[in-house]
Amino acid sequence: MMKTVVIIATVLICIFGIIGFPRSVDGLKANVARNIHLGLDLKGGSHLVLQVQVQDAAKTQAEQAIEALREETRTRNIIVNGFDRNDPETLKDTDTIQINLHGVDQTKTQIFRNMVTEKFPDWTLTPVNASDYRMNMKNTALTELKRNTVTQSLQTIEKRVNALGLTEPTVQAHGDPVTQSEILVELPGEGDPAHVKDIIGATAQLKIVEVKNEGPWKSREEALASKGGILPLNTELREYVSGSSSGGWYLLTRTPVITGQDMRSARAGNDPDSPGRWETSFSLSQDGARRFEKFTQANIGNRLAVVLDTQIRSVATIQSAISDSGRINGLSSDQEAKDLELVLRTGALPAGIKYLQERTVGPSLGIDSIREGILSGVAGLIAVIIVMLVYYKKAGLNAVLALLLNTILLIAALSYFSATLTLPGIAGIILTVGMAVDSNVLIFERIREELRSGKSIPAAVEAGFGKAWWTIVDTHVTTIVSCLFLFLFGTGPVRGFAVTLVIGLLANVFTAVFVSRVIFDWELSGGRQPAELSI
Amino acid sequence: MELFKKTNFDFLGHKWPFIIASLVLSVAGLVSLAVKGGPKYGIEFKGGMIMTVRFASKPDVEKIRASLTKVLSSPPSVQTFEGGSDQNEIEIEVGVDHSGTKDANVELEKNHQTVLATLAQTYGQPGNGKLDLNNATTGQLSARLTDPLQRAGVQLSQQQVDELAGAVIAWRDQHGGLITKIDDVRSVPGLTPPAFSVLNQESYLAPYTAARNIEIVGPKVGADLRSQALNATLLALAGMLVYIWFRFEWVYGVAAVIAVFHDTIITIGIFSIMDKEISLTVIAALLTLVGYSMNDTIVIFDRIRENLHLNRRERLDDVINRSVNQTLSRTVMTSGLTFLAVLALFLFGGPVLHGFSLALVIGIIIGTYSSVFVASPIVLVWHDWADKRKKTAPEAPLTAPRQGSAKPVAPAKNSVKVGK
Repeated sequence: MMKTVVIIATVLICIFGIIGFPRSVDGLKANVARNIHLGLDLKGGSHLVLQVQVQDAAKTQAEQAIEALREETRTRNIIVNGFDRNDPETLKDTDTIQINLHGVDQTKTQIFRNMVTEKFPDWTLTPVNASDYRMNMKNTALTELKRNTVTQSLQTIEKRVNALGLTEPTVQAHGDPVTQSEILVELPGEGDPAHVKDIIGATAQLKIVEVKNEGPWKSREEALASKGGILPLNTELREYVSGSSSGGWYLLTRTPVITGQDMRSARAGNDPDSPGRWETSFSLSQDGARRFEKFTQANIGNRLAVVLDTQIRSVATIQSAISDSGRINGLSSDQEAKDLELVLRTGALPAGIKYLQERTVGPSLGIDSIREGILSGVAGLIAVIIVMLVYYKKAGLNAVLALLLNTILLIAALSYFSATLTLPGIAGIILTVGMAVDSNVLIFERIREELRSGKSIPAAVEAGFGKAWWTIVDTHVTTIVSCLFLFLFGTGPVRGFAVTLVIGLLANVFTAVFVSRVIFDWELSGGRQPAELSI
Repeated sequence: MELFKKTNFDFLGHKWPFIIASLVLSVAGLVSLAVKGGPKYGIEFKGGMIMTVRFASKPDVEKIRASLTKVLSSPPSVQTFEGGSDQNEIEIEVGVDHSGTKDANVELEKNHQTVLATLAQTYGQPGNGKLDLNNATTGQLSARLTDPLQRAGVQLSQQQVDELAGAVIAWRDQHGGLITKIDDVRSVPGLTPPAFSVLNQESYLAPYTAARNIEIVGPKVGADLRSQALNATLLALAGMLVYIWFRFEWVYGVAAVIAVFHDTIITIGIFSIMDKEISLTVIAALLTLVGYSMNDTIVIFDRIRENLHLNRRERLDDVINRSVNQTLSRTVMTSGLTFLAVLALFLFGGPVLHGFSLALVIGIIIGTYSSVFVASPIVLVWHDWADKRKKTAPEAPLTAPRQGSAKPVAPAKNSVKVGK
C-alpha cells in the first residue's frame, strides 16, 4: 500500500515538473517550453570558444615595471644605459617574459640589487655580466597575472555581450583559466555571430601617448629610413587613420600616458567638425585625469596622439593643460561610433583574444533536429512496446508501464535539475529506453526459468527479482562508471549525453525493480491468485 | 511466446568460425586504417571550417566546387550532406592551413566569409540593393523594413516592426529555413497586405540558405579534443576493469575489457572501410557501446559465477556453455530491442545523428556476439592454462577462481559434447 502511494506521488511530482499547472493548451505548451531547457543545437545559436592572449598582459606588466625601474633608479642616482623587454609572441611564450637592463652603474651594484628585491617582489633579478641584468617574472606572479587577466577579460566580455541586449547569453571560463586561458560564450537564438564576434574581440586598447617631435612621414619605410633603419628605444611607428585615408606615420612613445583603464564614460554622437561623420567622446576617471593634467602641463607645445588598438585616431598639439576628456572623431558610420562607445564604456580587454572555435546552428536546423529526434524516439518506443507486448503478454504491459514511467521520470529530472536537453541527450533518452527494457527482460526471463523449474508463481516472481537484482546492479554501475568519465573529460554534447544516460539509468533501477515488482505483487495479491502467470 | 525455451547449443565448441570472423574484421579494419593513415576525423578533431548550405533544388556540386576552388587558398571539399533529409543540402569544408605562417582561426573565418560571398555571387542577386530574405537575420530584416513601412503609410511602432520581422524569420525557420515562393509568407500572422508588399519590394529570395550550420575549429582545439576523447575512453575502460575485478576476479575484467576493445576496434575499422568520419558524437556512441557490450558480458559472467557456486564439480567449459544458453533468450531480446531503438534513430534521427546511430547499429551487433565468442573463451583459456600450470607445479600459489577453485583439475578440452 505504502509502495503504491510512493509510486503515485512520484508520477504526480514528475508530471508537475514537466507541465506545471496548465490552464489551457497554450499554457501547457508554454510551461513545457519553460521547464525543458533546450541546448543550442536544438534551439539554434552560437557557441564560441576564445583564448585570452595573456602574453599581451605580460608585456604591459613588463612595460609598467620598466617605467617604475626608470623612476626608482633615477631617485637613487643609479645610472642605467637602457631598458627593454622581449616580445613573447604566443600564449605559450607568456612565461618567457623578460626585462633586460643594460649598463647598470657597477659601483652601485648593491644598492641596485636591494632596490629590485624591495620594490619588485614579482621579479627575479639575474646578472648576465658585471653590468647587464635580466629580470624574469616569478611563477606565483605569473599565475596571478594569468588568473587576473582571464577574469578581467571575462567580466569585460560579459558586460559587452549583455549590453548588446541578447537573450540569456552565457559567458564563462572554459577549462582552467591559468593553464588554458579560454572563455566560452554561448549566444542562444538567431543572431549575427559575426557582429558579436567583432564586438567581443575589439581589444579597444585605447591609449593616449606622447608624439616624438618629428614626422609625420608618408609611409612606414620613409619613417624608418629617416631613423637610419633603427627606431629609438621605447618607441613605435603608428599610422594616423582618418576615415579611410591615411594621415601619415608618427613616431610614438611606447609607454602610454593614459590607457583604457582610466576611462570613465563614452558617448557616440555627430562629429561637429566634419558633417556626415561621427565621433565618440570619452571622459577620464579622477586618477587618470590627475595624471593627464600633470603630463599636459609639463608638455605644452608638444603633441599627443589618441591610439586605438594599432591606429592613431587623432593627433593634437597640447595648447594648455587638459584634464578629463577627449574624443575620437572622423568615424564613418553611426554603427561604428556606437560600437566604439560600447567597447570604451565596458572597458578595454586587458589582452587581445583569439577565436579557437565557433559553432553556429541555425534555428531552422534546430527545429528539424527536434522533429527528427522526437520522431525517432516515438518510433523506437512504439517498436519496443509492440515487441514486449507480443513476447511477454501481460507481463509485457507491466514492462511498458515501467518504461513509460522511466521516460517521464527522466524528462522530469532534466527539468528539475535545469539540465539542458541536447540532440545527443535525446539519443541518450532513446538509448535509456533500450537499457530499461534490458532490466525487465532480465527479470522476466528469470521468472520464466524459475517457473519452468517447477516453482509456484509467487516463489518464481520472488526468485526472479532476487536473482536478477545483482546482475542489474553490475550492469548499471559499469555504465554509470563510463558515463562518469564521459562527464569529467568530455565536452558540451558528450556531457549532455552522459547526464541524460545516468539519470535514465537511475530512473530505470526505480521503475524496473521497484515499480515493476509492485505491479506484480498487486496482480498476485488478495484473491486474484491466478492459475497461470501471463509472461 | 518463447523463442529459446531450452536451448543447449555448444557455443564454445563452435567458437572458431566466430573468432576467425572477428580476426578478419579486425585485420581488415586495421589495414584500412593503416592504408588511409588513421581514422577519418571529423571537423572537431582535425580543425577547419565546415558549413551546411541548403538549396531549393538539387545544386550543381561541381560548379560550386569549381567556383570555390578559384577563390580559396586551399581546395574545399564539397559534397552532398550525408544522411540529409533531402539531396538539396551540401557540406562545404575547408581544412586548416598548416603552414603556420598565418593565424589559422583568422584564415578560417576569412574562408567562411569568402564562401558566403561566392555563394551570393553565384546564386544570389547582389547589387540589386535588396535584402536576401533566406539569409537575413531578424535584426537585418527589421532595420531594412522600418523606413519603407513608414513611407508606405503602415503605422507600426519600432517594437511592432521588430516583432513582425521576428515572425517572418521564425516562419522561415519553421519551414526548413528556406522560402521558395514569397507568396507563402502571406500566412504569417500580423503581415498585412500593405506590409507584405513592402516586404516583397525590399527583399528577394536567394535559392539557398547558408545559415543552417557553421563550425569553425582551430587546430589547437582539434588536437586537444583528440587527446581528451582518447583519455576519456581509456579511463572509462580502466574504471570498468577495476569494477569487474572487484566484483568477479581479474581475468573476468581483462576478458571483458578485451571484448569491448575488440568491439571498438572493429567499429572504428568499419567506419574507416566505409569512409565515414569519426566525430565527437561518434566517440560518444563508441563509449555507449563500451558500456553496452560490457553489460552483455557481465550478464553472462554473473550467470557463470552463480552456476559455479551451485555446482562445484562441473567442468568450467560446461558451466560457461550452460550459462550462455541460459542467458541466450535475454541476450537476443535485449539486443534486439536496443537494436530496434537504435535503428529508429538511424532511420529517422536526421543528419546530425547519422554517425552516432550508425556506430551504434554496427556496435550492437558486434558487442552482442563478442560477449559470447570473445569474452567467455578468454576466461576459459586462462583457467585451462592456470589449471595445467597448477598440475605441473602444485606448489604454485592458488590462482583459480574464488568460487570454482574446488573443481577437479582435469585436463581441459574445448570440444566437449553436451548431453541432449
